[in-house]
Amino acid sequence: MFFYILKRLAVLVPTFFGVTLLTFSLIRMIPGDPIEVMMGERTVDPVMHAAALKQLGLDLPLPVQYFNYLGQLLHGNLGASLKTQTPVWTEFKILFPATLELAIMALLFALVVGVVAGVTAAVKRGSFLDHGVMTLALTGYSMPIFWWGLMLIMLFSSGLGWTPVSGRIDLMFDIPPDTGFMLIDAWRAQRADPSLNAGALWDAAKHLILPTIVLGTIPLAVIARMTRSSMLEVLREDYVRTARAKGLSPARVVFIHTLRNALIPVLTVIGLQVGTLMGGAVLTETIFSWPGIGKWLIDAIGRRDYPVVQSGILLVATLVIVTNFVVDILYGVANPRIRHNK
Amino acid sequence: MQTSLPTPSVTDELELASGAPPSSWQEFWRGFSKNKGAVIGLVFMAIVCLAALFAPWVAPYNPIEQFRDHFLTPPTWVAGGSSQFLLGTDEVGRDILSRLIHGARLSLFIGLVSVVLALIPGVVLGLVAANFGKVLDSIIMRVMDIMMALPALLLAVAIVAILGPGLGNALVAIAVVSLPAYVRLTRASAMTELNRDYVTAARLSGAGTLRIMFVTVLPNCMAPLIVHATMGFSAAILEISALGFLGMGVQPPAPEWGTMLASARDYIERAWWVVTLPGLTILFSVLAINLMGDGLRDALDPKLKTAA
Repeated sequence: MFFYILKRLAVLVPTFFGVTLLTFSLIRMIPGDPIEVMMGERTVDPVMHAAALKQLGLDLPLPVQYFNYLGQLLHGNLGASLKTQTPVWTEFKILFPATLELAIMALLFALVVGVVAGVTAAVKRGSFLDHGVMTLALTGYSMPIFWWGLMLIMLFSSGLGWTPVSGRIDLMFDIPPDTGFMLIDAWRAQRADPSLNAGALWDAAKHLILPTIVLGTIPLAVIARMTRSSMLEVLREDYVRTARAKGLSPARVVFIHTLRNALIPVLTVIGLQVGTLMGGAVLTETIFSWPGIGKWLIDAIGRRDYPVVQSGILLVATLVIVTNFVVDILYGVANPRIRHNK
Repeated sequence: MQTSLPTPSVTDELELASGAPPSSWQEFWRGFSKNKGAVIGLVFMAIVCLAALFAPWVAPYNPIEQFRDHFLTPPTWVAGGSSQFLLGTDEVGRDILSRLIHGARLSLFIGLVSVVLALIPGVVLGLVAANFGKVLDSIIMRVMDIMMALPALLLAVAIVAILGPGLGNALVAIAVVSLPAYVRLTRASAMTELNRDYVTAARLSGAGTLRIMFVTVLPNCMAPLIVHATMGFSAAILEISALGFLGMGVQPPAPEWGTMLASARDYIERAWWVVTLPGLTILFSVLAINLMGDGLRDALDPKLKTAA
């Protein structure tokens, strides 16, 4: 197991450096030079221009610039936003819990509904229910989620008035951002001051419902399809036939004997879905004005706030790399054949 | 070989009568048409392709022509609708049906070009990785790992942010984002094929590396590539519409489906058709292509049938 982790780490480190090379060169590929971009429409005095280039270290050869950039990163310096002058890391720390909360809820939603749907389809293979579930799954997989969000808002927010249109919580509540997770913060605020913040938790939950469904739709479809095919494969195994022949109840065979093994491939899929979730968060957060890192990055791109774009992309990529690493390790724990094979 | 089938279909009987084996095309069609969803998807896409091809003749109006007296006219069948505009008009009085038909041209074109732009370098890189030894292989595959570490949409958005919004740049972004999957797929199938006897035979008879790569091995790696290219086609349509929605794809007034939705947000409360129709068009097109992809997989690559 130790060597397995080491081997995985050996792949991880060059990938991380590759990503830094990528984020480094992304910014260098912008047409024109960064000083002009920062100054915007104003004309720049050539002397000041040269001084600014020197101050930012942009007059050095590219390899030197790259190593300086790496040095800054290793010291934890990710640069500061051009607009707010706040360090990127500080902004990220504040906004990330919002995205994480949304992503966790979406993944939970996708996992619970997807596994139930996939198991049902597999057990009732070939039935009307199976075809229905699989058609719905393919539809979900084909969904333009930004439009899906607009449709849900149109129906449930504007039409029926059941859920709020945007944001994380109603402005009338006074929620101290202790953990950054609105559900927890709202619950604590409600307990601390029941008269002022009555119903805060319920309000936060209502804000979460639609974004959760929208972000969870594609992972849900993938998990449902994967669970079904994985279940079908395991249901064919001899040990399942043995379990049936022993006279175990169908529910016991499905949930205790089959599902556990069928879920192993689903676990890998979940790891792969982290990337999808981060990409989907960009769209979901834009639609619901959710103050997370997806919306933050899009806003930064819109106003050409390059330090935020650069470091934001680096942080998201790191997140995806680390999650996939953890999933690989978990996979190795769940299935010893994987770690001994290669 | 078909005699044991309980109820031979018409084509089977014909083949038995003539004694000729089914052509590969017939065999393919038999596998594909077994999947009803795939046939429905094929018919739908055929209609969309025809509409796109003949858009100037099929569409009732010019897609960017503004009718000043008809802002936000509802579709014909809704109260207040006009028979002049079958699917209604948008906020500046443009005919939505005409825009959707012309939008099909853009979406199909973008889908096709971005698949080709990713498929060709992807196949070449994959074959190179499989054929030219460990060093080149690990370099190529590590670079692909890096590209896969970034969420596709975010990478595309970043590329567009650097190059500037627009059709061409969005195309490049989508092609770059989908490249790693083709490289991995080609490399994996080429690796398996390279160990087969027929490749050894070709090598012994003096075939050069290039010939082995492109003439001997590549045709036998095509099945998964075709299936993946179909899925890549639908993914490209989704991505271009997402970029358009974020204001980073095809720029207005071009009638791209996602771009049409970008401004539709403001009309959620009073003009559902402006929001609903472009999205439904995207959904149905992507769904149709994915259904076809499932059918292609069943017909070309039965090994993958159990995979999700």
